[in-house]
Amino acid sequence: MIELERYELNEGPAYKFAPEFAMVRRDFLKTIGFGLSLVLLLDGNAEGQQAMPKEIGAWLHLGEDGSITVFCGKAEVGQNIRTSLTQAVAEELHCLPASIRIVFGDTDLTPFDMGTFGSRTTPFMAPQLRSVAAAAREEMLGMAAEKWQVERTALVAEAGCVKNKQTGASIRFAEITSGKQLVKAIDAGAKLTPASDWRVAGTSLPKVNARDMVTGKHQYTSDMKRPGMLYGRVLRPESFGAKLTALDSNQVTGVKVVRDGDFAGVAAESEFAATKAVGALKPEWTTVPQQPGSKELFAYLKANPEGAGHEPKSEVEEALKAADHKVESAYTVAYIAHTPLEPRAAVAEWTGDKLTVWTGTQRPFGVKEELAKAFSIPANHVRVIVPDTGSGYGGKHTGECAIEAARLSKGAGKPVKVIWTREEELTWAYFRPAGLIEIRAGVAKDGTVTAWDFHNYNSGSSGIETPYDVSHKQVQFHSVKSPLRQGSYRGLAATANHFARECQMDELAHAVGMDPLAFRYKNLSNPRMKAVIAAASERFGWGKPYTSAGRGAGIACGFEKGGYVACCAEVSTAGPAKIKIERVTIAFECGAIVNPKHLENQVEGSVVMAIGGALFEKIDFENGRILNARLSKYRVPRFSDLPMIETVLVNRKDLPSAGAGETPIVGLAPAVGNAIFQATGIRTRSMPMLPSLTATNS
Amino acid sequence: MDLLVNGKQVRVNGDPDSSLLFALRDELNLTGAKYGCGEGQCGACTVLINGVAMRSCVTPLRATAGKQITTIEGLSRDGKLHPLQEAFIEADAMQCGYCTAGMILSGVSLLRKDPAPSEARIRQGLEGNVCRCGTYPRIVTAVRMASRKLQGGQA
Repeated sequence: MIELERYELNEGPAYKFAPEFAMVRRDFLKTIGFGLSLVLLLDGNAEGQQAMPKEIGAWLHLGEDGSITVFCGKAEVGQNIRTSLTQAVAEELHCLPASIRIVFGDTDLTPFDMGTFGSRTTPFMAPQLRSVAAAAREEMLGMAAEKWQVERTALVAEAGCVKNKQTGASIRFAEITSGKQLVKAIDAGAKLTPASDWRVAGTSLPKVNARDMVTGKHQYTSDMKRPGMLYGRVLRPESFGAKLTALDSNQVTGVKVVRDGDFAGVAAESEFAATKAVGALKPEWTTVPQQPGSKELFAYLKANPEGAGHEPKSEVEEALKAADHKVESAYTVAYIAHTPLEPRAAVAEWTGDKLTVWTGTQRPFGVKEELAKAFSIPANHVRVIVPDTGSGYGGKHTGECAIEAARLSKGAGKPVKVIWTREEELTWAYFRPAGLIEIRAGVAKDGTVTAWDFHNYNSGSSGIETPYDVSHKQVQFHSVKSPLRQGSYRGLAATANHFARECQMDELAHAVGMDPLAFRYKNLSNPRMKAVIAAASERFGWGKPYTSAGRGAGIACGFEKGGYVACCAEVSTAGPAKIKIERVTIAFECGAIVNPKHLENQVEGSVVMAIGGALFEKIDFENGRILNARLSKYRVPRFSDLPMIETVLVNRKDLPSAGAGETPIVGLAPAVGNAIFQATGIRTRSMPMLPSLTATNS
Repeated sequence: MDLLVNGKQVRVNGDPDSSLLFALRDELNLTGAKYGCGEGQCGACTVLINGVAMRSCVTPLRATAGKQITTIEGLSRDGKLHPLQEAFIEADAMQCGYCTAGMILSGVSLLRKDPAPSEARIRQGLEGNVCRCGTYPRIVTAVRMASRKLQGGQA
């Protein structure tokens, strides 16, 4: 499933540069001073460990100065893992959260990590860090016992110290490691503290670097400055696929113009000068004619599957024939843009044939490989460092901007920073895949769903399986050669698949005259799903009659990436194009809750972000050009779109914690679509829904 | 050109037609103001000019002569945070934090005009600021908290 989410990564390099070679070796585990280093060894097949150095999962250093440093290949993009992983380490190491510093995504310092996506940090990385922290605590106890010549059982670790329970004597971790330089390797499988005994995890520890955010002190990639640094800007083709055939730069002076194969750009003393210079370049392009546009998109998707396409399955066909009611529907979702508020940015600096790039990416090691390939240098000549980044939502997996900054830096002989403009971000990044979903479903008079035939063209397979008990079903994903560059997105295809499925379930409920909530219960057996549905519908007050006309309520539920979500929405309407989401109640369960306040923040944020894709976000394109690549033309949710949001967190301390940044996004659109139907009698089957409502009415 | 930034007279060399945003960020190293859209649509670049929230990305340098510019770096006093900065931390009103400085300055500007804004007024006052992470409910809470603190402290 992971690979399907990342199919944007199968494309070739963005630019072809002239080859160069250099070989210098670099040791992975550098000496980082005195103290104790603990390295977690995993078997090479463990989750997330696919490339060199495959055996290292996590790494922690207790310095003799009292510092506790954790090295982790993930990236912080606003999902608050700097805080949640600090809690995980503090929980097991028995130290104060404030004493912990996490180094994220630095390919010279942190162990390999496949990337920060798929809601995997909490279920996979946190246990690794907890293992290494637990082992460090045990080492401290063992070393203190030896130092004091006492029984280890007499000792306890507390607040960064080892204490003798009998004598009351106390020694700080730093003193225990003082003057030593130790490296210990441990295996996974340390005994971890169960959630029922958590003291630091499970609490609402405030965001550990919040003060740096509210004072403007935090340095994002786009804020960085290196000595002698220039500002870069890339010459963009006039349409997708266009090739640069000639470049006249005679009018451009005082800046460095770099042309290399398909690539051209400038490096200048200021952003202003770079922007002016790139505007004064006179390029000639050969363009790709007749590219599909958004108007004919869904017909194109249906007509161009890469595999066999839709093949009927006989048992499903028979069940459909035998069903009391049959409902056939086609749903569509548009391409949408992540629109991270910090556009892609990178600062590149060469030292000889060694390259260092700071960039906001969710895949530091992937970008390192991209850079090594682009410049034909050994991977160990490339260092990628990821400062905490101005969001990603699955949109920052790739290294285009890093490669561009590096190429300009190479040409200019100085460090270069490239910050993409909003127009570039809305054009040259990749999009959440558009999709066409066709469903044929059969239902018995008593409300039992008997047949389910579900075909997704292009948008992806995440969350494609129905959680309902259906005896005869076929569920297929058909990949299509996408007209636009597409890739991962928060929740990715789960949003599209849930929208189609949950709206279809609503249609089936209406077909048999059942309440949509009762209809769901009738077809579900999973207790976790039922629990979130109960939590959301009870808090929402499902089934209570409305006092005002033009109101409607809808419900939807879903499961993805280890989390269960149920969402109820109430909409008001003053005409089909004037839909307002009045209130949303969302219940979410992802096992044991690591940080209730931050989880609530993620769930609320998912609801707000989901409003855009549900109602109005849509990339318009024609013949290789994006037509709405500005924030004034691409509408994202704002304060005025905000409904009243009630969040119900279901805490299952008996279950392992799952990630939470993605799955809460999937329930909003179908809940709203179903509410719109109740309010207006119009069934919306396209995301975004507002344009289709306007069209329905015209 | 001379500018008055965070109470200090400073000199910048940027083209008078270039934006205040890039002079602040690239010449004065005041990187709290962010680039987000370049057309005054997202509010990430917000600074106070004579106490009023303005979009520095669409404010040319030449328009700022003689005016008092306050950036997020100049909002705290002697290391003590502004009540709205404190409220943002307390309400957990951020995720990635990229919009935060602009949100806070827009909020400060709003609270100067209207010390006790209703929820509707807060939403309206911050409509030009985008938080792509969707922390709007918490930002509204933070502004209300700061409003109460400011009124309590200064009444």
